[in-house]
Amino acid sequence: MVLAQATAAVGVHGSLGGLGAGLAAIGAGIGIGQIGGKAVEAIARQPEAISKIQLNMIIAAALVEGVALFAVVVAAFF
Amino acid sequence: MNLKLFNICVICAFFLGTVTFTNIASAQEKAADGTEKKFEPKETILEHISDSHSWPVLGNTTLPLPVILYTDKGLETFSSHQLSPEEGVSTIYHGTNYNYKLDGETVKVVDASGNVDEAATKKVMDFSITRNVACMFMAIAILLIVFLRVSASYKKRVGKAPKGLQSFMEPLILFVRDDIAQPNIGVKYARFMPLLLTIFFFILLNNLLGMVPFFPGGYNLTGNIAVTAVLSVIIFFVVNLNGNKHYWKHIFVPNPWWLFFIMIPVEIVGIFTKPIALMIRLFANITAGHILILSLISLIFIFKTVWVSPVSIVFVVFMDAIELLVAFLQAYIFTLLGALFIGMAIADHHEEHTEEVI
Repeated sequence: MVLAQATAAVGVHGSLGGLGAGLAAIGAGIGIGQIGGKAVEAIARQPEAISKIQLNMIIAAALVEGVALFAVVVAAFF
Repeated sequence: MNLKLFNICVICAFFLGTVTFTNIASAQEKAADGTEKKFEPKETILEHISDSHSWPVLGNTTLPLPVILYTDKGLETFSSHQLSPEEGVSTIYHGTNYNYKLDGETVKVVDASGNVDEAATKKVMDFSITRNVACMFMAIAILLIVFLRVSASYKKRVGKAPKGLQSFMEPLILFVRDDIAQPNIGVKYARFMPLLLTIFFFILLNNLLGMVPFFPGGYNLTGNIAVTAVLSVIIFFVVNLNGNKHYWKHIFVPNPWWLFFIMIPVEIVGIFTKPIALMIRLFANITAGHILILSLISLIFIFKTVWVSPVSIVFVVFMDAIELLVAFLQAYIFTLLGALFIGMAIADHHEEHTEEVI
């Protein structure tokens, strides 16, 4: 595989699984960052609704993190 | 002022104590091995996450657990002490039907000289009480004791204010009822309350006990994909056996009839992927948390210096706080999504159009 030969030439130790997990982390970071940003904006607009906004933010973050962890599991075992 | 100074001194003494303790522990490991063995983080982490046939109590002492094998020649029961009398030593046990040897953590059939007999190993079914099973029984016992006491005190104190254990469990139970079951399932939520309460407290207790580092805790039950698979199979059966006509119509009769060819396979796959997503989400979150904490502690042994310990321990404290949040959150999310699926299955026709389906 071209990628394996290239990494062997450069001297990088790792596997495609590690690469996959890293890409999943990028996705999770972008997703949860967006969720957090919008949640903070919503709190700034309406501070009385802090607890509801916080609750929904945590739920959405857990769901996005679930998707990222699927990718990590598949990367680790396949 | 004096109390504050005293508290600061106690905390500093605690951290210094952990630093010296790790020094002593590494010295002991060298002496026990004779020659210095290179520390393998991957091996140690995998050993702590996976199941085992004995229950480690403190350091090297372990409680051997029964090995129950159902072979094609009959049932065999023996103590795992026969397979592994000491830590790391594995001997051949001459059972009544076959000879057995421990390979990693699986029991394999060997012939007299120690060669693994693959064909015979495939036919042996392993029903042993492993550490996960024993700890699950312990968690079940704790849940039964707590909730039977709470329900007895509800019967005894009808109409009076809750007291003791009852007043501790009541906010959690009402949380499951008012924030998870009732908004998502609707009017008929009372039928599913036992299921949702059981799932929530089972996952929560096992997550929390898995984070305790000493004897009865420290086991990885919810991070075992077989356990989460069973929980999601339960949700699968409850959702599909309680689906009413509108649920099945939504799946098999797409709204404009000409979307028939693509929507029906997608919806059928959707019936299965929703519980599978539940399963993998819980498994991956809990296992990833354990791996992270074990890796941070392994840093001390990889660098082989005592001065990494304060850094590592501070990181581990932060990660433990996050893991505590994850333990609660994953139990809540599993129960919430379960309630959501059940709600979608028993929803009435009017609510289907006004409610947003995720």
